[in-house]
Amino acid sequence: MKLTLGPVLYNWEPSVWRDFYFRIADEAPVDIVCVGEVVCSKRLPFFQDLVPEVVERLAAAGKEVLLSSQALITLERERRQTASLAREADLLVEANDVTALAHLVGRPHAVGPYVNVYNESTLAWLAGNGARRVCLPPELPASSIAALAKACSDVQLEVWSFGRVPLAISARCYHARLHKLTKDNCQFVCGKDPDGLPTDTLDGQAFLSVNGVQTLSSTYANLIGSLPDLAAMGVAACRLSPQTCDMIAVAGAFRGVADGMLDPAEGQHALDLICAEASFSNGFFSGTAGAHHTAAAAV
Amino acid sequence: MELICPAGTPSSLRTAVDAGADAVYCGFRNETNARNFPGLNFSPEELAEGVTYAHRRGAKVLVAINTFPRAGAIGLWHQAVDDAVKAGAAALILCDIGLMAYTAEHYPGTRLHVSVQAAAANVDAIRFYVERFNAKRVVLPRVLSVPEIAAITRGTACEVEVFVFGGLCVMAEGRCSLSSYATGLSPNMNGVCSPASHVAYEEQHGTITSRLGGFTINKFGSGEPAAYPTLCKGRFRTDLSTGYIFEDPVSLDAATLLPGLRDAGVTALKIEGRQRSRAYIENVVRSFREALSALDEGRPIPAGMLRPLSEGQSNTLGAYRKTWR
Amino acid sequence: MTPSHTSTAAFPAFVSAALRPLPLGPLQLFLSAVLRRIVRHHPRIFDRLGAHAGKRYGLAPSDLPFAFVLHTAPHAPRIVVVRSLPERLDARIAGPLRALIGMADGSFDGDALFFSRTIAVEGNIEAVLALRNAVDDAGVDVLREGAAVLGPLGQFGEALMRHQRNRSTADRPGSTASGSGEASSWN
Repeated sequence: MKLTLGPVLYNWEPSVWRDFYFRIADEAPVDIVCVGEVVCSKRLPFFQDLVPEVVERLAAAGKEVLLSSQALITLERERRQTASLAREADLLVEANDVTALAHLVGRPHAVGPYVNVYNESTLAWLAGNGARRVCLPPELPASSIAALAKACSDVQLEVWSFGRVPLAISARCYHARLHKLTKDNCQFVCGKDPDGLPTDTLDGQAFLSVNGVQTLSSTYANLIGSLPDLAAMGVAACRLSPQTCDMIAVAGAFRGVADGMLDPAEGQHALDLICAEASFSNGFFSGTAGAHHTAAAAV
Repeated sequence: MELICPAGTPSSLRTAVDAGADAVYCGFRNETNARNFPGLNFSPEELAEGVTYAHRRGAKVLVAINTFPRAGAIGLWHQAVDDAVKAGAAALILCDIGLMAYTAEHYPGTRLHVSVQAAAANVDAIRFYVERFNAKRVVLPRVLSVPEIAAITRGTACEVEVFVFGGLCVMAEGRCSLSSYATGLSPNMNGVCSPASHVAYEEQHGTITSRLGGFTINKFGSGEPAAYPTLCKGRFRTDLSTGYIFEDPVSLDAATLLPGLRDAGVTALKIEGRQRSRAYIENVVRSFREALSALDEGRPIPAGMLRPLSEGQSNTLGAYRKTWR
Repeated sequence: MTPSHTSTAAFPAFVSAALRPLPLGPLQLFLSAVLRRIVRHHPRIFDRLGAHAGKRYGLAPSDLPFAFVLHTAPHAPRIVVVRSLPERLDARIAGPLRALIGMADGSFDGDALFFSRTIAVEGNIEAVLALRNAVDDAGVDVLREGAAVLGPLGQFGEALMRHQRNRSTADRPGSTASGSGEASSWN
């Protein structure tokens, strides 16, 4: 089982962003690392110049690097950026929207979790189009993952396994709205919440997390207890999505369970300590409400 | 511009046709369409009857098969495509790549419309569906301003359909798992958003609390207009403020934008609401038919007539006005 | 210009008060006969109810001193008049009688009545939707079916009820009614 570190979804300080990837390169037991701005094109200029050195450091450390494209593309500028990323990149591009797919036809590429791959027919079509790796949508239940893994052996399937779950993307920026700013003059207020802005119910129950135009779950998805099941289904990789907790330690726990050095319960215990603030969920995988969590995901 | 109207039942279909719809869209009574609600939708026989009724009066029937087929159960969706073609559907409204491939291969003569659920929000994405599956029309996601829509129609030969009235998705359609996060059921997989099966209303001292999957979505004081417990239109609490973080409970009403949409090169105008009653269909369709006549004749377009039918009793222009973002 | 749905024409209080002491027996007989007619004329309702056929609904006209329990068993549907609704029901729908009847015959939109707080629903909301959608498709003209049961006297009553509803329509500014009569009503 390989481990993939997904792209940073939040607006982190450029130096923090760079140092995070440097540490991942040097210390994290992950095999694949995604780099790029998936959520908001306005953030890209802040760290764009740092991408080459980050990619270089990751590659030098033996990581396979994927360049992730933006999930929702409406502006002309975003369309041009996506086109040039898809056409010119030397590295494997992870398409997070059909817009990028349009430019990748016939060339090897990856497909990210924001492209709707729900069934074997779509998976087979994408494979024929050049997809080599596909990270499945996080809301897929285990039954679908198993059916997809069984149906298509020539694509490496990946499953969202750790981190807040991206639930929605919008043209509207909720961070700007909450700060009573317009999107065009947002002052990059999403940077104030490097792990998302907690959004609770009126009864004070933790529920969602706002990240600019993206809405994520309040809970961190956590499938560490189901790694043996995922491996048995034929899933090739687990995706760990960066949060502000110690991602090297998170990757270590997943590595330990994937390699059989830790049993799933020990892995879970390790995560409880590493992310003491977080609540976990695995309901999507279990086929129930995504927010639910069962100790050992019964599949 | 064509007027594309919703029908959740055979009666609604007849009502929409009689009220002046150029085309009616509907779906089968199962999870193959995104309004898989109890008591709604069509059997293959009802669809065929509906097509006959519409054709006699010069209207078309479009069939929405706009959920993403479940792995291991694609047969149900293929059956829906087969049945729709057999019933005489003028076009199929699809969102899943695999299902588009199936349709394009087996029914190359059938018009394929890209559902809003495919969230094709720019010309490159539209081009993908046109080139790969010979799509004839795209229903644009509700994330674009009118000038952006104009740029799209200039950049593609594909017909463009936009929403003009009804429930408004705040998030990009087809890319939202808020509902399944709270309930386990999603628009993409099950054809339902914030499903009634997981809704609970509790009234105490005139205040209604609405819950979805156990999460409190909203509270309405006495006399305050109520709304569906749709997650993106609920009240939530953050450190910055408490209230409608994502969107107020409002409906889209773009009647006043019709001249702009016409000038932007839009082919068809879509009314949302297959889950609504005949009374809604009758009034909304008639009102937009009247608005289109006014547009053709250069008369002013009456505004705000449909507010009583709207969620929260109020309307918005949504993303069509850029400041919405 | 937004019409206030909260003031949906209710029966005047004196009507409600006048009805209070009446025995429920005759009303029960009448409603059972109406229901039999409705079921005979609209057999597809149960098909549309699907898994919800068999559910028990409480219908509580807020302007009348009694309520109804509708049991939607496909082969033996029943309606029972009660002074107050029992606890054990699948769902309750409460609102002015005219709103409840208008939802059945397709004059009113159930969602709009809910948005405006004219009606309130509780219990199994899916079952409520199924009933609403099934009845909306069938287009159950409750007044006409009732009038048919009563004969000539009923036709007079039907005319009176429709007159009152149309008058309340005309009262409402911003109504979308454009001379199309009954079906356009005030929403």
